[in-house]
Amino acid sequence: MDERLTIASAKANLEKGSLSAEALVGSCLETIKQGDKDVHAFLELSQTAIEEARAIDARRNAGEQLGPLAGIPVAMKDNMLVQGWESTAGALILEGHKGSYNATVTQRLKDAGAILIGRTNMDDAAMGSSTETSHWGPTKNPWDMTKVPGGSSGGSAAAVAAGFVPVSLGSDTGGSIRQPASLCGVVGLKPTYGRVSRYGLIALASSLDQIGPFAHTVEDAALMLQVIEGKDPRDATSVDLTQTTIPELIEKDVRGLKLGLPKEYFLEGMDPAVKKTVLEAVDRLVAAGAQIEEISLPHAEYALAAYYIIQPAEASSNLGRFDGLRYGYHSSGQNLKETYERTRGEGFGREVKRRIMLGSYTLSAGYYDAYYRKALKVRSLIKKDFDDALKIVDAIVTPTSPSVAWGLGEKFNDPLTMYLSDIYTITANLATIPAMSIPCGFVNDLPVGLQIMGKAFDEYTLFRIGATYQSLTDWYLRSPDTFST
Amino acid sequence: MKFTREEILQIAKLSRLHLEEDEIEEYRESLGSILEYVAKLQELKTDDVPELQHAAEVKNVFRADVVEGCDEEVRHRAIDNFTDKEGDLLKVQAVFEGRTE
Repeated sequence: MDERLTIASAKANLEKGSLSAEALVGSCLETIKQGDKDVHAFLELSQTAIEEARAIDARRNAGEQLGPLAGIPVAMKDNMLVQGWESTAGALILEGHKGSYNATVTQRLKDAGAILIGRTNMDDAAMGSSTETSHWGPTKNPWDMTKVPGGSSGGSAAAVAAGFVPVSLGSDTGGSIRQPASLCGVVGLKPTYGRVSRYGLIALASSLDQIGPFAHTVEDAALMLQVIEGKDPRDATSVDLTQTTIPELIEKDVRGLKLGLPKEYFLEGMDPAVKKTVLEAVDRLVAAGAQIEEISLPHAEYALAAYYIIQPAEASSNLGRFDGLRYGYHSSGQNLKETYERTRGEGFGREVKRRIMLGSYTLSAGYYDAYYRKALKVRSLIKKDFDDALKIVDAIVTPTSPSVAWGLGEKFNDPLTMYLSDIYTITANLATIPAMSIPCGFVNDLPVGLQIMGKAFDEYTLFRIGATYQSLTDWYLRSPDTFST
Repeated sequence: MKFTREEILQIAKLSRLHLEEDEIEEYRESLGSILEYVAKLQELKTDDVPELQHAAEVKNVFRADVVEGCDEEVRHRAIDNFTDKEGDLLKVQAVFEGRTE
């Protein structure tokens, strides 16, 4: 069995003194330089990581009290600002843009002693489900280099799967953490909307976006959440938490927990082998003492349609700020309007332009009621479905993705088929609830993910279920052949 | 449903996007088929359903409207990002010059 690089294992060695932060960060950077030529998980590596690691070692040697992530290498998705780092959100339109300040998650990681090791590849402005729309070229799935890693946080998922870093951050608007976590065989958590500050995250759809961790173990994901969560005066939608995350308190026991299986999620469109694998995982939880109840989420079939109105509508207004004047790509025209049109026409990729136009259309006079207002009402119905179901059960379990990783280029020219790969994940964003994907087996040697969704701000139950499952199985310990040590 | 060329150009204008010819053709198809798919929502009766306006169900946050300035390093880094500048000021083309509408 391969030993995977986790925070827990690295921390034990750092604290014992058998490993220095400098050696750990140095070996991560070396592994990335070797392996990332093929994977392309990273867009850029930190120039100061070694220096920062040395500073942590010096403080440790001086007997100072260190933060919970002291010396731990963390990879950041390219849409979270790190002061002085280029930050492009995978988009040409932000070429050359450098973060002028730290995102709140960045600051909290730094305060906890984490070493930010580099920025990871992602779909163009986070619009995509395969990381193929990145202006900087696709990322490949470490399990099979001919396959996509999922998206939009494909680089952050692949970086953990390949063993380049123990943990990374991604952002999830409709599944952009959980779907790549599933396709790359790692843990990925989308916290409850409002749990983690979005300050310094390049916005896609502000009512859906949430930052969360990738890790190998549920405990590592919980530790990352503990560091980044909580109220932030700079994000008015962040919430004062009544219960904070305490990784040490996660019980590995699911006896008496009621798990809901939504019948609408198992109807059609799913690879039968994925369905079988997910149901086997559910059986494991039942054997461990959980109870299963079939539940209904009657508006599930409308979720994708509501999402593809709300998300492009919010994106079209959020991306209005990219004018080519204050930062990033610039293309001059005869007058200001032409400069805007040229900059945006050239700087945005095709999928991004498609969604900006979709949003402009559904928000325009005459169509607003039929599309946007209608979608907000359907969003209420979807949220009510979940609220009702979660009164009966403690958590809901589903597949994360209807299929395992597909071939590079396979769905690239068919937007609707690409959108369907997020069919099981977008509902959690619409309903604002937390959801996590954990590795639960393989189909054709490619990882399958089990999605666990819970009540708003009840990440604890997700961790409890996930940690119990990981204590009974070893899927999460496996590593891709190419990257096994 | 397929958009006309004029409709696509109108949406592109609202979106401040210059499109190439092949893009106009592609969006006539793909925007049409996406809108056809999302029209599925019309099957649902939603007259009495409230709109989900605020995800976190939080209230407005007010603060006094006072100029606070900002960290000097943040200020410099923000200015460094400008495409064109004069001193510390962002330089842009005239807003009203050459306007025909």
